[in-house]
Amino acid sequence: MRKCSLNSLSDIFSKISESNTLYLPVDTNEGAAFKKWEEGTVMSEALNTNRSAKDFFFPQTEDLMEFTVNKKEIEIIDTRKESEDFVVFGVRACDMRSFEILDRVFLTEPYDSYYATKREHSTIVTLCCTRPNETCFCTAFDIDPTNAGGDVTAYKTEEEIFFKSNTPKGEAFMKIIEAFTEETSDDSVNEIKDKTKAILKKLPLANLSKDSFGGGKTEELFEREEWEELSSACLGCGTCTFVCPTCQCYDIKDYNTGKGVIRYRCWDSCMYSDFTKMAHGNSRNTQIERFRQRFMHKLVYFPENNDGIFGCVGCGRCLSKCPISMNIVKVMKTLGGDK
Amino acid sequence: MQKITKDILIDKSIELLSSGKVNRVLGWKNGEFDYDVTPYVFKTEEEIKNDFVFNGFSGANFSKYLVKETLKSEEKVLVFLKPCDTYSFNQLLTENRFARERVYAVGIPCEGMADISKIKALTDEAISKISFEGDSIKVDTLYEGEFTLKCEDVLLERCVNCKSKKHVAYDELIGEDGEVIDSHRFDQVEELERMTEDERFLFWQNELSRCIRCNACRDVCPACTCEKCVFDNPESSLNNKAISDSFEEKMFHIIRAFHVAGRCTDCGECSRVCPQNIPLHLLNRKFIKDINSFYGDYQAGEEKGARAPVVNFTFDDIEPGEAVKRGDGDNA
Repeated sequence: MRKCSLNSLSDIFSKISESNTLYLPVDTNEGAAFKKWEEGTVMSEALNTNRSAKDFFFPQTEDLMEFTVNKKEIEIIDTRKESEDFVVFGVRACDMRSFEILDRVFLTEPYDSYYATKREHSTIVTLCCTRPNETCFCTAFDIDPTNAGGDVTAYKTEEEIFFKSNTPKGEAFMKIIEAFTEETSDDSVNEIKDKTKAILKKLPLANLSKDSFGGGKTEELFEREEWEELSSACLGCGTCTFVCPTCQCYDIKDYNTGKGVIRYRCWDSCMYSDFTKMAHGNSRNTQIERFRQRFMHKLVYFPENNDGIFGCVGCGRCLSKCPISMNIVKVMKTLGGDK
Repeated sequence: MQKITKDILIDKSIELLSSGKVNRVLGWKNGEFDYDVTPYVFKTEEEIKNDFVFNGFSGANFSKYLVKETLKSEEKVLVFLKPCDTYSFNQLLTENRFARERVYAVGIPCEGMADISKIKALTDEAISKISFEGDSIKVDTLYEGEFTLKCEDVLLERCVNCKSKKHVAYDELIGEDGEVIDSHRFDQVEELERMTEDERFLFWQNELSRCIRCNACRDVCPACTCEKCVFDNPESSLNNKAISDSFEEKMFHIIRAFHVAGRCTDCGECSRVCPQNIPLHLLNRKFIKDINSFYGDYQAGEEKGARAPVVNFTFDDIEPGEAVKRGDGDNA
């Protein structure tokens, strides 16, 4: 583990930028958002970014390929590019877990090369939480925000910042910042961790239980009558899915340029009426069914197919962003009998 | 913050429910925190006693819910309407979007609703408790202790610029009715009009480029009640879940603003729900301001059955060329 004074942070950022594009949370009109570091950029003090960090690997829209049409000839143009090296600084433990969840989707067969190149060229520096919000519940999904993981785990106090490498990419990062930091014992951050752990126990959602959910619970939960009351005020907008770090559904569309076609993918939402629409029509015709799908996916189907790992990371974004304040915590409490 | 209490509304709900005048109540259900109340249809007295809440966060406009709710039963649903909600209520009636006889509307006074993001900005991101005491709000935070804020400092934008405390539709009114307010709601539109074209383009580019096309603005909008929105219709060639190029997100919002022009009551729900904090109400207010300036003052929803100037014709109507010129900012 290495450390330095917070005063050296901008020098570190400057150094990283020499070899990597550096992104970090910055205060903007939308709230905190990951932005490219430039001389003078100040890192946000907000607990988390307004939108999640999934955009780095799974952007809202992404061109897949192009077609040009010349009489009867159609040429397919591979528009894929190898990603450049980049560093994402200040990812929280919840968003770090979301990358592991997305990896399970995109990096298993059929392997997604668009996603993979960005993942391969990224170095993730996580920042452990010291002031979690009332909307936080990552611990319900066995996430430890005091040990956020990634390539490098960072801890910040009022005066200092500590770095611990976890991977070969992390080692390379530590080399870059070596001149600005000094060696310290791993125990130096114990006090920060203990303090945060004590806070976590007292958070309002600390006791949220996932015991009623997980693989094998489909029959038990699918026909529950509470889905109706839970979904009744749902507007059917895509806010929860788009701010969610783990929602990974997308649609593939063609954009007619006049000279050919750009085939792109874009985020899709299971809340939308045309989601998974097929030749025969739509498999989920009511908002109750769509609403149920979203939560069953995160709480039952995903863990069932992924070694018990839940599809929610407890970041709390849907709690603060839903226009009608309906969210996964209310669903879990209602169906789990805690309400 | 609110002069009427939830107890008054609970009593009213139970009275109307037990007399059989209504068979359900559209109200606000309490949540995990003091600020995350959810619209909910209460069916029993017990549910109402346990979960009904009314406080400075009961901001959701219920009018649009009536479109769906009145199709569920021929019996009346009780709905509580704040003054601004009654304009949407009337506008929906004008457009024949729900059956009036299936609704029992109780008008309730409103002192303005609070914006949780403003509260968080003035206190701490982590809130443990919020309580309203007269004109002030007591906020307990997890890390920074206790704060006392003035209600007027944390109002939703639409409440800072409240246009009316008067109810324009109801079956019954709780408390006294208020007056239409001479608000400052067009001030920011005027600021935009004073900009050069390039400055204005940059302003909107910056705001609208944040759009994630979640459609929350459209889905919450009481003027957007098409059964199949053109943007959701695969047959339309306009359906889109995301920006297909940098120009496209602007088109979505501008087309939507045109579509609701003359019907938008300026209820402010679009800006309230936007997860990306885009001031969408400014687009609609520009249209309202221009309509007022071209055709004389008009407030959508003020009068049920009124013909909006943009779908009406009189010989005094402004010529299109003149409208373009004056709409460009020269409409003092």
